[in-house]
Amino acid sequence: MSWSTILGLAAGAFAFKYFGLFILARLGLDGAMLHLVQLLPAALLGALVALGVFDNGDTHTVLTRLAGVAVGAVAAWRRAPLVVVLVAAAAVTAALRAAT
Amino acid sequence: MRQPVRDGLAIGLAVAIVGITFGVLARSSGLGVAKTCAMSLLVFTGASQFALVSISAAGGSVGAALGSALLLSARNGLYGPVVAQWFRGRPLVERLAITQIVIDESTGVGAAQADAPTDNPHDARVGFLAAGLTLYVGWNLGTLVGALAGDLVGDTSRWGLDAAFPAAYLSLLAPHLRSRPGQVAATLAAALVVLGIPLLPTGVPVLIAALAALPASWLRNREDLR
Repeated sequence: MSWSTILGLAAGAFAFKYFGLFILARLGLDGAMLHLVQLLPAALLGALVALGVFDNGDTHTVLTRLAGVAVGAVAAWRRAPLVVVLVAAAAVTAALRAAT
Repeated sequence: MRQPVRDGLAIGLAVAIVGITFGVLARSSGLGVAKTCAMSLLVFTGASQFALVSISAAGGSVGAALGSALLLSARNGLYGPVVAQWFRGRPLVERLAITQIVIDESTGVGAAQADAPTDNPHDARVGFLAAGLTLYVGWNLGTLVGALAGDLVGDTSRWGLDAAFPAAYLSLLAPHLRSRPGQVAATLAAALVVLGIPLLPTGVPVLIAALAALPASWLRNREDLR
C-alpha cells in the first residue's frame, strides 16, 4: 500500500469531518432542521448497534455476540457504569464462545 | 446525568484494545510500522482503516479499498452538525482542532450528556472532549503496541470485544430512548440496517439508516405544535 493511498484516505476522512462540522452545520439550524439534527445521534447509535450485532461473522459468532450484547443491555438498563457494561458483554461473549 | 470522563475512559480502553488488533492486522498484511501508525494518527476512523487494510490484503483494487473505506468515514460528516451545536460561540481554532476527533463514540458520549444539547452545550462538550481525546490517545497507543508487539499480545478476537461495542452504543443510546421520537429514530434505523446489510455495500446501510431521523423529527415537530 502506497503512502498516497493512506494520505488519500486521511484527506477524505478529514474532509467528511470538516464538511459536517463547518458546512452542513451552517445550514441554518432552526425548527425542523434542529429537530432533525438532534435526532441524528439516536438514529446513528441505533444503526451502529444493529450493525455491530449483525454485520460480521457466522451464525455462531453473531448469536454469541447477541447474547453478550443482551447481557450488556441489562447492565445498561440497571444503570451500571459503562465499563461494567463493556466487560460484561465481552466476558459473556468470550465465555460462550470458549464453551460452545 | 452520566459521568462523561468515566464513560470516555471506558470506551477509550476498549478502543485501545481494538487499536492493538488493527496494528497487528496492518503489520501482518505487510504494512510497515510507520504506515500503520500514520493511518491511525491521520485517518482516525477504525472502520475505514480496517476496510482499507483488509480489502487490500485480500487482493482488492486500490479503488475498491479506498472507496469502501471512504464510505465508512462518510457518517462522520453527519455528526458535524450535532457536534457544532456544542461549540457555538467557541473560537474557530478550537473547532478546527477537534475536527479530527468527530467520530461515532465521541459524538455518542457527548450526546448522552444532556437531553437537550442546545440547552446544555457545556456538559455535551465535556463529554465529547473527554471521549474524543481519550479515544485518540488510546487508539494510537493501541496501534503502536499492536504494530510493535503484536505477537506478545495474543489473539484479541477471542476476548469478545465485538460485543462490547454494540453494548456501548446501546448504553449511549439509552438516554435518547426516553422520548418517542428517539425511540422511533433508533428502531427504524436499526431496522434499515438489518435490511440493508445483505443488499448494500459496506458503509452504505448506516448512511441510509440516518434517514430514520427524518420521520422521527416530524414526530417532534408535531409535539411542538401542541
